[in-house]
Amino acid sequence: MSLRPALASDTFVVTAEVGPPKGTDLQHVLEEAKLLAPLVQGINVTDIQAAAMRLGSLATCHLIKDVGAEPVLQMVCRDRNRLALQSDLLSAWVLGVENVLCLTGDHPKLGDHVGAKPVYDLDSVQLLSVAKGLNEGHDLMGSELEGKPDLCLGAVVTPGANPVEMQVMKTEKKVAAGAEFLQTQAVYDVGQFAEFTSQIGHLKVPVLAGIVLLKSAGMARYMNANVAGVTVPDDLIAEMAEAGEKDKAAKAEGKKADFKVKTSVEIAGRLIRDLKSLCRGVHIMPLGWGHHVPAVLKAAGL
Amino acid sequence: MIISRPKPFEEILEMLEGQDKVFLVGCSDCATVCQVGGEEQLTEMAGKLSEQGKTVTGSVVAEPGCHLLQLKRQLREHKGEVEAAEALLVMSCGNGAQTAADATDKPVHVANDTLFIGRVERFGQFREMCSACAECILELTGYICPVTRCAKGLLNGPCGGTTAEGKCEVNPETDCAWLLIYERLKGQGKLEGLKQYRPPKENHPHPEERVLSKEGEKE
Repeated sequence: MSLRPALASDTFVVTAEVGPPKGTDLQHVLEEAKLLAPLVQGINVTDIQAAAMRLGSLATCHLIKDVGAEPVLQMVCRDRNRLALQSDLLSAWVLGVENVLCLTGDHPKLGDHVGAKPVYDLDSVQLLSVAKGLNEGHDLMGSELEGKPDLCLGAVVTPGANPVEMQVMKTEKKVAAGAEFLQTQAVYDVGQFAEFTSQIGHLKVPVLAGIVLLKSAGMARYMNANVAGVTVPDDLIAEMAEAGEKDKAAKAEGKKADFKVKTSVEIAGRLIRDLKSLCRGVHIMPLGWGHHVPAVLKAAGL
Repeated sequence: MIISRPKPFEEILEMLEGQDKVFLVGCSDCATVCQVGGEEQLTEMAGKLSEQGKTVTGSVVAEPGCHLLQLKRQLREHKGEVEAAEALLVMSCGNGAQTAADATDKPVHVANDTLFIGRVERFGQFREMCSACAECILELTGYICPVTRCAKGLLNGPCGGTTAEGKCEVNPETDCAWLLIYERLKGQGKLEGLKQYRPPKENHPHPEERVLSKEGEKE
């Protein structure tokens, strides 16, 4: 099923994510997509994520269709001006990519080509508005298109942003501009998520809660220090730290060290169960742990 | 004010290689305030160049360096010194350097790197405030410019990169411009304005040359 009808159905929607490689070797991405495709309603392909140069999202989206995946093209405003953004949206449609997640994009300064010119000719709200215009059959300048796409447009929101009022205002703008669904930044605090969704309830738009698999206590602390709008609570960090100790001990005894993986899967499963009544679905960001997603879904009871 | 900082002296020496007689041009306005092209810095530069075996034939502080006719007049007043020089070293912004290059037939070198349009916060400390984008939206943003002060120049609110401390994730020393805008407008009871969709701006990218004459703007 395509993503749009899935969002309109009664099914609890699950989407996942793969990151194109830095290079041309797609084997790992295609294997991951093939594994995930039957389990999820969409697979996002990140767009030069973290501003670190890599293979393109559009080409990868097109190729994962061949292994049965429903791709969601992530499109950031950092690298292309309004001409290229619109052209790539049309290109996506003719290549059979029907879903687009519109984002601002991490600043080049945070990536691996720090001297790159930041474009941001459009912002994420304007990109949504322009994409909606293409769906309606005209470009940004109002010129009529010969053949138009019908892209399912998504946007990203940060429930943990402070002040939340400003985040709600931007979310309202994104929905008004054309977002048909919202995907959130990583959620670890269910209460905070519930508070946020209640504030955007009037928008009547499906929300996919973001689930980032914790790989270690160190990763959780790193996110707390470096990822804006994301807070991993201390008890989850303690759980991962304990699992890490168990892995160390198991390794020392020459035994299988899979406590961190098990704990990570358990935490994600628990979060999804707790979030299930608060949202239309979840977007799982496995960050290379795609092969553990089936276990997460099992732990979540999906 | 146009904010500049000096290039490394070694770089200046490289530019002046093979040109031993130099005339210095400073600027009475921005470069003087930035302390990169006032009387003092010209004297200091003359001393350093002399130590390297160069001859400084003379110097002038242009009033200001970006006034073409005025600079031509001032260079005429120093005609002998300029004629004796093999090159002019311009200690102003890039605007002043280009103006000097048009005001003389001599080779010109620029001693500073031009950074931004900014204000003086306190002695020797400057902050970028304006991008000269030709489509001012300050009236809507509480007189805090997101085009300039948001790292991404966003027009419809903040990205996801505002830190818990209210800083920009691109530079933890910098306040998130959108947070500043939000707080100011909230204080003024004008948050409603932020809810309006701001369409894309008309850009005026390089290398489009812009000229403003009395008759109006010509592009």
